[in-house]
Amino acid sequence: MNILVCIKQVPNTMEIKIDPIKNTLIRAGVPSIVNPFDAYALEVAARIKDSKPDTIITVLSMGPEQAKQALKECMAVGADKAFLVSDRAFGGADTLATSYTLAATIRKLEQEEGPFDVIFCGKQAIDGDTAQVGPEIAEHLGIPQITYAIEATMAEDEVIVKRETNEGFEVVAVKIPCLITVTKPQFEPRFPTIKSKLKANRTEIPVIACSDISVDVNLIGLKGSPTKVKKTFTPPQKKGGIIIAEATNLESTEKLYKLLNDANII
Amino acid sequence: MEVKTKDLWVFIEVSEDGNAKNVGLELLNPGKYLAEKQGGKLVAIIVGYKLEKVVKEAIFYGAERVITIDSEEYGRYTTDAYTHAVYELVAKYSPSTMLIGATNQGRDMAPRLACRLKTGLTADCTALGYDEESGNIAWTRPAFGGNLMATIFCPNHRPQLGTVRPGVFKKIEKNEGNIAEVIKEDIRYDVRQLKVRIIEVLKEINDNNIELESAEVIVAGGRGIGGTEGFAPLKELADALGGVVGASRAAVDSGWIGHVHQVGQTGKTVGPKLYIACGISGAIQHTAGITGSDIIVAINKDPDAPIFRIADYGIIGDLKEIVPLLTKMIKENKV
Repeated sequence: MNILVCIKQVPNTMEIKIDPIKNTLIRAGVPSIVNPFDAYALEVAARIKDSKPDTIITVLSMGPEQAKQALKECMAVGADKAFLVSDRAFGGADTLATSYTLAATIRKLEQEEGPFDVIFCGKQAIDGDTAQVGPEIAEHLGIPQITYAIEATMAEDEVIVKRETNEGFEVVAVKIPCLITVTKPQFEPRFPTIKSKLKANRTEIPVIACSDISVDVNLIGLKGSPTKVKKTFTPPQKKGGIIIAEATNLESTEKLYKLLNDANII
Repeated sequence: MEVKTKDLWVFIEVSEDGNAKNVGLELLNPGKYLAEKQGGKLVAIIVGYKLEKVVKEAIFYGAERVITIDSEEYGRYTTDAYTHAVYELVAKYSPSTMLIGATNQGRDMAPRLACRLKTGLTADCTALGYDEESGNIAWTRPAFGGNLMATIFCPNHRPQLGTVRPGVFKKIEKNEGNIAEVIKEDIRYDVRQLKVRIIEVLKEINDNNIELESAEVIVAGGRGIGGTEGFAPLKELADALGGVVGASRAAVDSGWIGHVHQVGQTGKTVGPKLYIACGISGAIQHTAGITGSDIIVAINKDPDAPIFRIADYGIIGDLKEIVPLLTKMIKENKV
C-alpha cells in the first residue's frame, strides 16, 4: 500500500483571543499545530499500516518553511516520508489554486514514489474551515472521493469506509485510487515516543518549489484564485440578556417560564 | 465560463424520503432578492428521482423557473452522478450565481463542481449581499472557528458559487397559487462508472425524525448533564415543546449520545426559534453553531460560563431540578 496524507499547519484556533479594544484577532503567541482533522487522517492511515506493515505513508504539506515542523510531528506518529511544497508564488492561494498546486505536486511525487492507492485529507482545516481542498484535489486528479470518514480498512482493491451522514452513518466501498477526507473518529491519534520524536527531528524534509512541478503560473497563488477576500472583521458580540438567579431553583424556573410565556416564546 | 444569463440558481437538495430539504427552500428567499439585483430569474435546480412533490414545493416557496433531472440513477446521492448532472446543466445554461445548502451532501458536491467549472466557491456562508458597484455577490462566512468573519468576492469567474448554512434564512411564505415554468432535462449517468458502492446504511433514529437543522425548538445537553441518562429529562422537555434533542461535542465525545445530535463547529449549524442549552459551557466551537437561533436560553450552575454571554435568558442553577420543573410547567399550562 502506498498512502499519501495531506496536512496543513494551522494556528490553534482554540487559543485565539480577540483584542477587546481594536476588535481584531491576536495571532501573536498562538501556537502552530498540525490541523486536528489531518492528525486524525494520519491516524486512520497509520491504522491501515498497523494491519499491513509493508504500507508506506507519505505526508505532504503546502505552506511556508516553518510547516516543516508540522511534517516532523507527523513523522513521529506514523509517517515514513515527508515533503513540503513551498514557494512565494503559491502565496494567497484560495482552495482552487491550492488544490491545483497540491494535485500537480502529487503527480510529481507519484513519478518518484509510485502511484498512491489512497490519499487522505482532514475534513477541513480549523483556520479556513472550508472543507473544499480535499474534494478539489480529487477532482483535479480525476479520482473518487469519500468525505466525512471515521474509519477505513483495506479489502483487495477497495477501501471500506465508515462515514458520517446527516442521518447517521453509512459504510461504503470505494475503488482505489481514491481520496478520503476524515472527520473526528472514535479514537485519538497515537502519541510519539521519545525515540520517534528524536528520529523525526533529525529528518531532512525535501522542499518542492514551483519550478519543480508542472503548473500553469496563471492558475497558482493569488493570481490563480477565483475568490478574493474583500474584508475581514470580528463577529459582532451578542450581548447577554436577562440573568435569572432566584433563591431557589423553583423560583428561578417560575420566573423563566413567565418570561418565556409573556414573550410568546413558549 | 461565458455568462449567458443573469439567472440565480438555487440547488434544492432532496431528502431520502423524497421531500425538499429545508435549506434549499430557505435559499429561495435570499435567492429572490439577489436574482432581482442581478436582473435575472430565480431558478430552482432539482436532481433526483420522482420529483413531482419537490418541484411543487420549490414553486410554492418562490422559484420562478424549475429545471429538473428526474431519473432513477439519481434516486440516491452519489458525488459523481450528481456532479456530472449539475455540471451539464451549468454548461448548458450558464447561470451567474448558484447557492447550495451547506449540508454534508452540499459540501461534498459543491467543491467537486466548482473545481470542474474552474470557478470560485465560498464555503458555509452565513450572510449574502450584493455589491452594486461590481455586480458581485458578497459572500460572508465565519473562519478561525467562528472568531473571524470574512467577506469574499468572486470577481472574474462565473458562475459564482457558495454553500450556505441551513437555518440562516427564513423561507418565503408559502403560496400554493404560485405557478412557474418547469424544464425537464434528460441528462443520464451510467451507474456502472461509479467507483463507490454502499454496503450498509446505519440510521441513528433522531427524535421524531426531525433534523436538527430544521427544528424549531432544540433542547441541547453538554458535559453538565452528567451522562447518557441525563438526556432523558431533556427529551421530555423537547417533547413538551415539539422539539428535538441536541448535544455539545463534549457530550458526543463522551459517548452519551450519537453524533447526529451534535451542534457546533464540527456538528450541525442550527437556527431554531428556541435553543435551550443545558449544562453547556459555551465554547466558541459550540456557539458558532447556534448564533442563528432566535432565542437562546442557558441553564448552567456556573455563573461564569461563557454561554451566558450570548444567552437571551440565562438561569443560574441546577439543571437536574430546573429542566423537569420547566417541563411540568409547560405541560400543565397546555392542558
